[in-house]
Amino acid sequence: MWRKIMLLKRKEPKLLLPRTTEVISLERRLFMGKALSLGALTMLTGCNVADDGQAQKILDVMSKWNDKAQAALFNPNRMALTYSEAEITEPFPFNAYYSEDQAPEVKEEGYKLELSGLIDKKDPWTLDKLRALPQESQITRHICVEGWSAIGKWGGVPLGNFLRMVGADLTAKYVGFKCADDYYQSIDMASALHPQTIIALTWRDQVLPRKYGFPMKVRIPTKLGYKNPKYITAMYVTNDYPGGYWEDQGYNWYGGS
Amino acid sequence: MAQKVLVHRLYVRIFHWLNAIAMFMMITSGWRIYNASPLFDFSFPDAITLGDWLGGALQWHFAAMWLFVINLGVYIVLGLATGHFRRKFLPLSPRALVHDVNDALHLKLAHDSHDYNAVQKLFYIGITLVMILTFISGLAVWKSVQFQLIGHLFGGYEGARLVHFAGMSLICAFVVVHLALVLLVPSTLLPMITGKGKAFPKDVEKNHVA
Repeated sequence: MWRKIMLLKRKEPKLLLPRTTEVISLERRLFMGKALSLGALTMLTGCNVADDGQAQKILDVMSKWNDKAQAALFNPNRMALTYSEAEITEPFPFNAYYSEDQAPEVKEEGYKLELSGLIDKKDPWTLDKLRALPQESQITRHICVEGWSAIGKWGGVPLGNFLRMVGADLTAKYVGFKCADDYYQSIDMASALHPQTIIALTWRDQVLPRKYGFPMKVRIPTKLGYKNPKYITAMYVTNDYPGGYWEDQGYNWYGGS
Repeated sequence: MAQKVLVHRLYVRIFHWLNAIAMFMMITSGWRIYNASPLFDFSFPDAITLGDWLGGALQWHFAAMWLFVINLGVYIVLGLATGHFRRKFLPLSPRALVHDVNDALHLKLAHDSHDYNAVQKLFYIGITLVMILTFISGLAVWKSVQFQLIGHLFGGYEGARLVHFAGMSLICAFVVVHLALVLLVPSTLLPMITGKGKAFPKDVEKNHVA
């Protein structure tokens, strides 16, 4: 079983694409995180680049530079466009690196959101306690790194309000998330405090269904889909770069939109 | 020894070749990104894409982006400031255009001067504008929230994606024609490397000499 999961992880992220979830991708990349197509690079340089470490280093430096450029472009007062109920995408796609029937099944009974890191009040939170907090909802466009987009409605607790309430160190650099699957994610504090960033507990005014991330997802309309983790079980605040599931394989960390 | 004239200034040559490299990387990595979620009912063969997988293609695309846009920006500023655009691309009259299109369609590719004919002028003005449009629509795709005003120009995120794709297609079409013409008139290649070319009587008359 474990081996099966590991194999799944190594599949093309094409599985993220709802339209092709049934299509088994024949292509396999040689190694995780390698960005070079040797064929294309050979065309480019006219020589055989078997050792591509140097080019990959430059690409990694550029990706870090792009993190900074995006943080500079980020305007905390710029809101993502909102849409009407009628514009919600039907059906809203399921997307993950696994198929829908493999999505984690988290039971509400016994579930608690764990808090750790640079947070004063680390008591875990039940869903009922979170539901008792002031809620907000939004109809926004989810944009996948692959290019497709879909409009959805999420409701829940603004993450910034929650972080203030639990006494998080708002000067810290990162907010990290652990999930019930083997996904993990982290975002910059400025994006965490953006008014449209919410701990989503509902989907179209109903309890967030399993396919969209029960018990909770973090919905960040100013970031690409892979920066919106689902099935969250723990949250932490830190100054140590936590990376992310796709980022550790080569996706850009900031992933803003 | 035959008299030589300056055909392409140094900054134009630097721009041209850096742009060729940047375009190659942007387009081939862009195809791989397109393949992750095709807009239309086809994909690009993976063998002619750059990046090896979506994550790698994105790294190439957003690294080459800086080379592309800085290079294009310098070219446009210098082109306007030095009068290069005015001298090379203007005047462009509809009459001359009709005449030269007619010539081109009859494959009358007279190359008796380093001045551009009307069709060439239109092509080079056009491709510059298309590159600007592709860049701007790319911004709206990359930063759909931060640059949402730009996105509105294209009818939103999905519209910007289509325009970005259309821009890529026009650039590819330009490259095909451009390379075909270089094959037909190979003497145009060397001046883009050395800067200098054979002096035609017309060029000497115009005191075009380096």
